[in-house]
Amino acid sequence: MAKWQSKRPAEGFGIGQYLMLGAAVTVIFFLCICAGSVSLPLKETLRILTGRSAGDLADAIILHVRLPRVLATALVGASLSLCGAVMQGLLRNPLADGATLGVSSGASLGAVLAITFGVQIPGLPGGGIMFFAIMFSFLSLLLILSLSYRLDYSFSTNTIILVGVIFSMFCSSLINLLMTFAGEKLQAITFWTMGSLSGSTYGGVLTLWVALTVCGGILLCHARELNAFAVGEDNARHIGVDVRRVKLMVLIVVSVLIGVCVSIGGTIAFVGLVIPHITRMLTGPNHKKLLPATLFLGAGFLMLADLVSRVLLSPLELPIGVVTSMVGSVMFVYIFYSSRKVGR
Amino acid sequence: MLQVEQLTVRYGPLTIVDRLSFALEEGCWLMVVGPNGAGKSTLVGAISQCIHYTGRISFQGKDLARLKPREVARNLGVLMQNHCVGYDFTVEEIVRLGRYAYGDGLMTGGKEDEQKVAEALALTGMERLRKQKVTTLSGGELQRTFLAQVLAQDPRLLILDEPTTHLDQPYHKQVFELIGRWVKQPGRAVLSVVHDLSLASAYGTHALLMEKGRKVADGTVEEVLTPQHLWQAYGMDVHHWMCSLLGQWEKPQAARPVFSQAGERRLKQ
Repeated sequence: MAKWQSKRPAEGFGIGQYLMLGAAVTVIFFLCICAGSVSLPLKETLRILTGRSAGDLADAIILHVRLPRVLATALVGASLSLCGAVMQGLLRNPLADGATLGVSSGASLGAVLAITFGVQIPGLPGGGIMFFAIMFSFLSLLLILSLSYRLDYSFSTNTIILVGVIFSMFCSSLINLLMTFAGEKLQAITFWTMGSLSGSTYGGVLTLWVALTVCGGILLCHARELNAFAVGEDNARHIGVDVRRVKLMVLIVVSVLIGVCVSIGGTIAFVGLVIPHITRMLTGPNHKKLLPATLFLGAGFLMLADLVSRVLLSPLELPIGVVTSMVGSVMFVYIFYSSRKVGR
Repeated sequence: MLQVEQLTVRYGPLTIVDRLSFALEEGCWLMVVGPNGAGKSTLVGAISQCIHYTGRISFQGKDLARLKPREVARNLGVLMQNHCVGYDFTVEEIVRLGRYAYGDGLMTGGKEDEQKVAEALALTGMERLRKQKVTTLSGGELQRTFLAQVLAQDPRLLILDEPTTHLDQPYHKQVFELIGRWVKQPGRAVLSVVHDLSLASAYGTHALLMEKGRKVADGTVEEVLTPQHLWQAYGMDVHHWMCSLLGQWEKPQAARPVFSQAGERRLKQ
């Protein structure tokens, strides 16, 4: 397996650095609220955000369009990068994340099925899509892992990724098949496959917040176990980690979180893959430092990507998945190249 | 201390370990020897609860399969022969993981953890490299890092699967002597898989000779490592061959002291 070496020492990453990250995310947050097809000065934005609204167009833009969107973007970014960091530790593979493992595609397939067949949960708008996305996300994870176990007794991570990629392709072909017969629902389906946070609501923000608080809390509590897994699964077992319980717990939590993110923002690739790598360069591989820091970086990165998608070809809006994939793949190649150079 | 009864391990149609029974008492160092494919590493995997088996393995009267993983880890420490750490943890972070079994959820063991980690680093001579990334270590240093982890774990039974595979000769000697002193403290025992029969006879108190998953002989080293038994297990006169090799060997120079004196002193106390 590839050895990934960070360029900087992990020493000294503490409260000061977290505060700096927090400050940077706050600056990005305000930048994203102010900038867009209609730019608003910071002073006016602050006035509206502090509740002194004048009831004009600017109010409507900020309170009903930008604020829920930016908040949802930050939460999705934080969640996806947290899931990526956790999966990379758990499977001891720097290439793992929700997308490479096929979990995101599975969740998308669930969402697309729910849209195509109009699945609804009474009294909960969008609940059917969310339920299907979470259920399919978990089912795909189970399928990928059990198939990998059967194919390869040693449960090598390469097998898992190979199976994940194949499963992803299978899901994509099913989604394409559904799209062929979707008729007037085609546009709604396209949304899931490209990823977009343009229609975010406060309901979505609340759901994401609850999911991230609960799931993120559970994952952060497992930082020591994740360190053990990142060193090696056998070693984790030998030092007393309940490997089966922790693995199942972490995988369930990750698939729930990815399912919620996909049901709200669609498939957004590369965030979960690239951000944990960048964070590891700052904090080192210790999950106690890595996981909290990756939340900040993920949130900041996705907010910026969303801003780019909004303003680059304004008033035309790019799907956020396109922006993250473009930026992410270039960043990934750079990280891979520089870490290899260190390893020589 | 350790009781293995009718242990059988199967991989599909293959029987790797076949109805194996033996016991290990406190203060003993049991050397598990046998040709390749005898099932030695599988035995280690079964005792350390890593692979599925039938039969019973009990430690101090308790069935190991029924103990919680943390309880198992407080009693059994395992050092494997190969380590591949994907991420660049520091030596100290790896050694500190050895204290996992003594933590309770999020809490760690505090002062005792610190002391055990420092002691383990000192004993294995890794103090100097404690802040170094494991991805930059040599094979021998990496093995000593994991030896330090298992010492920090402070188990009652130490299980070693070819512990000196990546170590050069002076470290061979140092590691075996270190473990030899470790096992002399009350309430401890060692089970190790070794290929080198001369090491087995020099350091082991007891031996278990295996062939094709079955026990050929067990007992004290003198009782087990006889030319007849070795012929039976290896299909050649290993004893004669080794004697002829050793006859040609010049007496080696004394090994340089690689482990820190502070650690040695602490162990003697």
